[in-house]
Amino acid sequence: MATQNSRSAARLMLAPAVILLLGWMLVPLTMTLWFSFRKYLPLRGGDQGWVGFDNYVRFVSSSSFWPSVQTTLIIVGGVLVITVVFGILLALLLDQPMWGQGIVRILVIAPFFVMPTVSALVWKNIFMDPVNGLFAHLWKFFGATPIEWLSQASVQSIIMIVSWQWLPFATLILLTAVQSLDGEQLEASEMDGAKPLQRFGYIILPHLARAITIVVLIQTIFLLSIFAEIFVTTGGAFGTKTLSYLIFQRVLESQNIGLGSAGGIYAVILANIVAIFLMRIVGKNLDA
Amino acid sequence: MGSISLKQVTKSFGPVDVIKPIDLEIEDGEFVVFVGPSGCGKSTLLRLIAGLEDVTSGHIEIDGNDATTIPPAKRGLAMVFQSYALYPHMSVRKNIAFPLKMAKVDQAEIDRKVDDAARVLNLSDYIDRRPGQLSGGQRQRVAIGRAIVREPAAFLFDEPLSNLDAALRGNMRLEISELHQTLKTTMIYVTHDQVEAMTMADKIVVLRDGIIEQVGSPIELYKNPRNLFVAEFIGSPKMNIIKGAAAEALGAPTIGVRPEHIEVSKTKPKADGAWKGTVGVSEHLGSDTFLHMDAEGVGTINVRADGEIELRHGDTAWLSPQVSKIHRFDAAGMAA
Repeated sequence: MATQNSRSAARLMLAPAVILLLGWMLVPLTMTLWFSFRKYLPLRGGDQGWVGFDNYVRFVSSSSFWPSVQTTLIIVGGVLVITVVFGILLALLLDQPMWGQGIVRILVIAPFFVMPTVSALVWKNIFMDPVNGLFAHLWKFFGATPIEWLSQASVQSIIMIVSWQWLPFATLILLTAVQSLDGEQLEASEMDGAKPLQRFGYIILPHLARAITIVVLIQTIFLLSIFAEIFVTTGGAFGTKTLSYLIFQRVLESQNIGLGSAGGIYAVILANIVAIFLMRIVGKNLDA
Repeated sequence: MGSISLKQVTKSFGPVDVIKPIDLEIEDGEFVVFVGPSGCGKSTLLRLIAGLEDVTSGHIEIDGNDATTIPPAKRGLAMVFQSYALYPHMSVRKNIAFPLKMAKVDQAEIDRKVDDAARVLNLSDYIDRRPGQLSGGQRQRVAIGRAIVREPAAFLFDEPLSNLDAALRGNMRLEISELHQTLKTTMIYVTHDQVEAMTMADKIVVLRDGIIEQVGSPIELYKNPRNLFVAEFIGSPKMNIIKGAAAEALGAPTIGVRPEHIEVSKTKPKADGAWKGTVGVSEHLGSDTFLHMDAEGVGTINVRADGEIELRHGDTAWLSPQVSKIHRFDAAGMAA
């Protein structure tokens, strides 16, 4: 097995990759930290020196800060709930033997291959357009007044769009987990007198716990930074401004790199807080 | 309390008839073993009794009541699966308590029954562990515990020992037999291992290709196999089947002689009818010696000889079958 010799050789050979990854992560992080303590306005005098914690104070005291944190959490939470719940239901459905199973599974995974910008535009123009959208026609067919999705129900709309994109991912991971469940366990529980719902609650759901953990962790990482869906639909209006969108506005729309960088550091902190919570709550599932 | 009868039961998966019409009576308190080569339908038959598969036609009666369409949970049977099918996220206690919990038994009652079962099965020290932390034998006992607490009309075992190593298998065989002595509940046990069948059963059901070849006590099957298949299947080492002139000389187209019913001598015996043979392989087990002999005009013959016999590869010896213990079969392979 691994001798002392081969271990140090392994370390040596791993070093370039580790150094590259560290640099990849540390250089931008250090630069962000650096800029966050400086007054840097590219179009209004450039780099104007150290300002201490001014940027941090300004970013937090802005009236958009707390709403943006709240929006971020609502969108992430909403998408997680929808994708996990529907992902489990779809996975159980797709696990049933049926004709054309292979094609159906490919169709189910398809939305994941559509670029976020494209899918958001498709939703915006084809489904949610208040005049020509499919939903508008549906509402009119039943005699109701069409909803102006992106202004009246903006956060819900974005949750819907993002959920549609991420549902395939959740379904796929959960489907593989459902398929790995030992059929004899289900039969044993059936003989033990468990009804279908009890079989789901006592056998299937605990079996899926680990897969759900993975879905939640991976999706959270990506969902905290969703951007394109907001950019092409509401442009941050109607209460859909997430933390990452707020940072984008500070840097590019207000041309304030120092302020944006401070926001970036807050985003890092928020992500870590969320990560710690998630690890605490669901991480123990990964041990077993 | 636990008599089961199958009446003209069949099972087909699409065009394949796995179980051809079968009639079988299982008395209350009997230990019945279904035995046969893989693919003979023995597990399917057990699953039909359990209710995990629906019969294609025919009736299953439990205690005289038609149970053909009753769902598995309501049949009052408990099953121990080959993979044990323990619930991995539950402790031993919760695993054993699960059927009681599903039956909405009162919590104090559950605790009492689980503790009893754990004590009987020597699981008390592991009661709070999860199945993943137990050895194969312990898992097996948890699976049995989960079956016991339900106080079923009959236990169904689906090859329960096939995942254990040889030594443990011997122990568990004994434990299950003891359990049967204590509980006196009907047990149906599926195995492909004829040793398990011989040692544990009150009644053996030999199956082949979805048909019952013979039903009887272990000794009955050993002494009077109904046909060639049963003759070869029951008994270890396998019965020698001899055809041709050597068989005709003893009065049947095919004869069978068990290895333990052949006497070996190094010198030519006085009586006629001994076969001359050369030792191919000799396996010295201490208590016995298994000789694989190449007999002239007869073919390969396995012999179970005395443990201290001095015969090696290439030695010549004479084999005399005990005439009274020869099994004679007609051309169709049925006992004559």
